[in-house]
Amino acid sequence: MGAYDIILVGGSAGSLLPVTTILEQLPGDLDIPVVIVLHRLKNVQSEMDRLLSVKKKIIEPEDKEKIVPGRIYLAPQNYHLITETDRTFMLDYSELVNFSRPSIDVTFNSVALAYESRTLAILLSGANKDGAEGLCNVQEKGGKAVVQDPATAEFDVMPLAAINACTDVSVMNIEEIILHIKNNK
Amino acid sequence: MNDELSMADYLELVQVIRLRYGYDFSGYAQASLKRRMVRFMGHSGMPSVFELKYRLVNDEAFFNSMVQYLTVNVTEMFRDPAFYRTLKEDILPKLAAYPNIRIWHAGCSTGEEVYSMAILLKEAGLLDRTRIYATDLNPANLEKAASGVVQLEYMKEYTANYIQSGGIGDFSDYYSARYDRVILQKELRKNITFFQHNLAADQVFNEFQLICCRNVFIYFNRELQNHVLKLFYDSLSPWGFLALGIKESLRFTEMRNAYETVHGAHKIYRRKR
Ligand SMILES: C[S@@+](CC[C@H](N)C(=O)[O-])C[C@H]1O[C@@H](n2cnc3c(N)ncnc32)[C@H](O)[C@@H]1O
Repeated sequence: MGAYDIILVGGSAGSLLPVTTILEQLPGDLDIPVVIVLHRLKNVQSEMDRLLSVKKKIIEPEDKEKIVPGRIYLAPQNYHLITETDRTFMLDYSELVNFSRPSIDVTFNSVALAYESRTLAILLSGANKDGAEGLCNVQEKGGKAVVQDPATAEFDVMPLAAINACTDVSVMNIEEIILHIKNNK
Repeated sequence: MNDELSMADYLELVQVIRLRYGYDFSGYAQASLKRRMVRFMGHSGMPSVFELKYRLVNDEAFFNSMVQYLTVNVTEMFRDPAFYRTLKEDILPKLAAYPNIRIWHAGCSTGEEVYSMAILLKEAGLLDRTRIYATDLNPANLEKAASGVVQLEYMKEYTANYIQSGGIGDFSDYYSARYDRVILQKELRKNITFFQHNLAADQVFNEFQLICCRNVFIYFNRELQNHVLKLFYDSLSPWGFLALGIKESLRFTEMRNAYETVHGAHKIYRRKR
């Protein structure tokens, strides 16, 4: 058994390329779920198309959907994606958090509670501070917190915020992140 | 920042609310309700769970503000235009076959969805023979809904939604502006009855050809979802329609076989028989 039961990926401005790179290089026999939370512009389909062009099936979960190992999930536009402790999804249409819905913090916080030390959370490029609190929480629950090396990120605000907020985050470039996933599956 | 609430504290709060005020939140989706309780503590400046419990028990106005916060009230006019377009093009023509139409909006929040429906009914020439029952758990929402007042700042977005929904009129004909607010036309309101109804506790009260319950039952756990779907089944006429929110689904409930799918993408179902 690998080190993790779930992989989280969060990102905002400048994260689309790293996300697609990571997805494309995920091991084919990965047997844990991947949950992606991206800030998307309202009603802009083009980014989504780019993600969907990845040769992997990406699912936007519905409320109460069971989280199935090996699947790749993307938080739907305009909803917060929350995981319950029975490892199902819940969708929440409440106010924005950090000016965002979906908010990375909301998803990461709930996964930290549901999966605790079995969580690998990765925070990528972005121009705001969403995700830092969630990443710290994952780490406090014994999970692994990783940020994209700010030097390689198109926007470094998001990874820097997490580095400053949490006591112990690993700083990696995208190749190292992919390697970490492969080595711990 | 993210002060956690232990499971024991969470369950105790649910218990306190139920015993003191008769509102039962035990069937709500736990992770999200817990999150809202934590946020409410920050929002209301509660230093500890102990303090929160104390205030809850002793201060009814405080409790009311907590309910207002816990139940998510966010809503829009013509939210999800594709849904309204389908409603207009496919469902309303079917409802037109009934001499008297009854529609239930369960969890109507501040009414924006109800007025959207009334506008489409009016444009279809059906409003005069339709009775709309709009219910919610939260009396403050209902009061606001009944007033027919909407903030002016949202009208631009609602107008765009209305056009995308296939509205055939001039949206500005449906309201008059007053300073920073608008009031919706009286005629839209005349066939609507707003009243309190708790989906977790209250009973069937009429029979409907269409029930809209959108973005309400995502906040419930699976047992309560099943309960509500039974309540709706018993409240629908044979082949009556049920509309859920875009991300909600019957797939994960025990009641999925009691309904058939009419428009999967728009979450429109109907009662079998
Ligand atoms: C997010 S709003 C949905 C508003 C509208 N239907 C829409 O889709 O825009 C959810 C509403 O459900 C109501 N609600 C929550 N629990 C309820 C219950 N047990 N019975 C009835 N209404 C409830 C809340 O008060 C709130 O107004």
